[in-house]
Amino acid sequence: MKKIEAVVQPFKMEEVKTALKNIGIDGMTISEVRGHGRQKGHKEVYRGQEYNVDLLPKVKFELVIPDARLDEVTETITNAARSGKIGDGKIFIYDVAEAIRIRNGDRGESAV
Amino acid sequence: MTNIIALLQVAPDLTARLTALEAATKSAQSAGDNAWMLTSSALVLMMTGPGLALFYGGLVRRKNVLSTMMHSFVLMCIISVLWALVGYSLAFSEGTPFIGGFKYAFLDGVGSAPNADYGATVPHATYMIYQLMFAIITPALISGAYAERMKFSAMVLFTTLWAFIVYFPMAHMVWGKGGFLNAYLGGTVRTFDFAGGTVVHITSGVSALICALYLGKRVGYPQESMKPHSLVLSVIGACLLWVGWFGFNAGSAVAASGLATSAFVATHMATAAAALSWMVAEWLGMGKPSMLGGISGAVAGLVAITPASGFVKPMPALVIGAIAGVVCFLMVTAVKKVFGYDDTLDAFGVHGVGGTVGALLTGVFATNLVNDTQIDGKVIPLGLVDGNPGQILNQAIAVLIAIGLAVVGTFVILKICDALIGVRVDPVAEEEGLDLSQHGEEGYFLEA
Repeated sequence: MKKIEAVVQPFKMEEVKTALKNIGIDGMTISEVRGHGRQKGHKEVYRGQEYNVDLLPKVKFELVIPDARLDEVTETITNAARSGKIGDGKIFIYDVAEAIRIRNGDRGESAV
Repeated sequence: MTNIIALLQVAPDLTARLTALEAATKSAQSAGDNAWMLTSSALVLMMTGPGLALFYGGLVRRKNVLSTMMHSFVLMCIISVLWALVGYSLAFSEGTPFIGGFKYAFLDGVGSAPNADYGATVPHATYMIYQLMFAIITPALISGAYAERMKFSAMVLFTTLWAFIVYFPMAHMVWGKGGFLNAYLGGTVRTFDFAGGTVVHITSGVSALICALYLGKRVGYPQESMKPHSLVLSVIGACLLWVGWFGFNAGSAVAASGLATSAFVATHMATAAAALSWMVAEWLGMGKPSMLGGISGAVAGLVAITPASGFVKPMPALVIGAIAGVVCFLMVTAVKKVFGYDDTLDAFGVHGVGGTVGALLTGVFATNLVNDTQIDGKVIPLGLVDGNPGQILNQAIAVLIAIGLAVVGTFVILKICDALIGVRVDPVAEEEGLDLSQHGEEGYFLEA
């Protein structure tokens, strides 16, 4: 099993969600986060007081999938989330030791 | 012949009917004026709550939103009680040229009969409650300077003393019968201040500066981000201020008269011009016009036109607004940076400076074509445009008196408060936020 963490532009959230649904990925966790990579922030001015805002709003997807589907899923997310501009985000992949369904105690890939 | 007989038949009635007609006319005018003045009183209260509470509340960080709103709200309560007990009397009953006496203490003799000196067609109690709303908003304006770092207990003591030492005397000098600066009721240095440029805005704005200097900067200022937590609240608040200000300025005619309309129009035009001039200055100087700039400019225009509103035509009103917008913009962006004081919400830059600009320009543009209220039984030239350049000097004297009283009064009061209870919260409480540390609650708890 692999865990995928994908940080994407907030306005790409619906597209990524729909694309994942279309290839049969139903389980995911989404959170609103702030961060930055190489993207520069922006300047805000309030009555002459300048603030540099470098932590920008992003949306983070977390999902755990069977090893066999890894390439398919990462490709789907990449295509859906890409606008081609700096700030599109990143995907991180982790190995997952175990998964347990709380309702009935199922373990392994059948639990995700 | 039949006509004369008919006339003779009604003649005994005629006097009685004329008397009745006169009484009915008077009562109709009184009804109209009183309706407008009660409406204006409510509008001016709305400027403090929710107007100023939202405007200031939105500009602070989220951990201080309730404490900032509380500054406005608690004054709606404290000043009202003080006003009923002795405040109104000290401001408006006859006394010395500098402070009134105790004739109206406990609102004795302030009822439905008009007081001809202040408003011949409305109940004296209407005038009293209308003036109360001014006494409420004035100290509330100062809170912009000490927001986010003053102890609540010290704030309560400070504003109570401030009402007695600065507001009641200043209101008496300018508007009270026999006041030193009163233009119509026996003053020595005649000052035109229609709705409170000196009494309200210079006193509060200058006191704000003293508070900012005395309290010192907020922890982390100016390195840490202190962005307004919700400009949406501030926009709503500023627009409520704009609307409420019609009661403030047009209501100062103390009648539903042509002069009230004139003040209404001048107020509106100056505000629009000031909002535009601030935004244009911002656009040229910083690249973008902002919503915060727009509402700040609007408030600057409202402040500047306040003393002039009942004396100037619409075109000079546009000029006064446009000047105030740019001058206040430069104050809060450039000048504040040079001096480095932390006037949290720019109460000085907007009210102190805007009020001064307005008070002086009133001496330039005041004309008896707008306001023909008689002085010593005749209509006299008012400002420079009427051929009375000396009025600018009178206005300047009033400005200096207001500044002097505010500086000395505020400094002494802060010293007293500091010695008794301490004026500033400790750094831990400031870091935690005043909502929690002073009031034990939070403005936003979205998970609830």
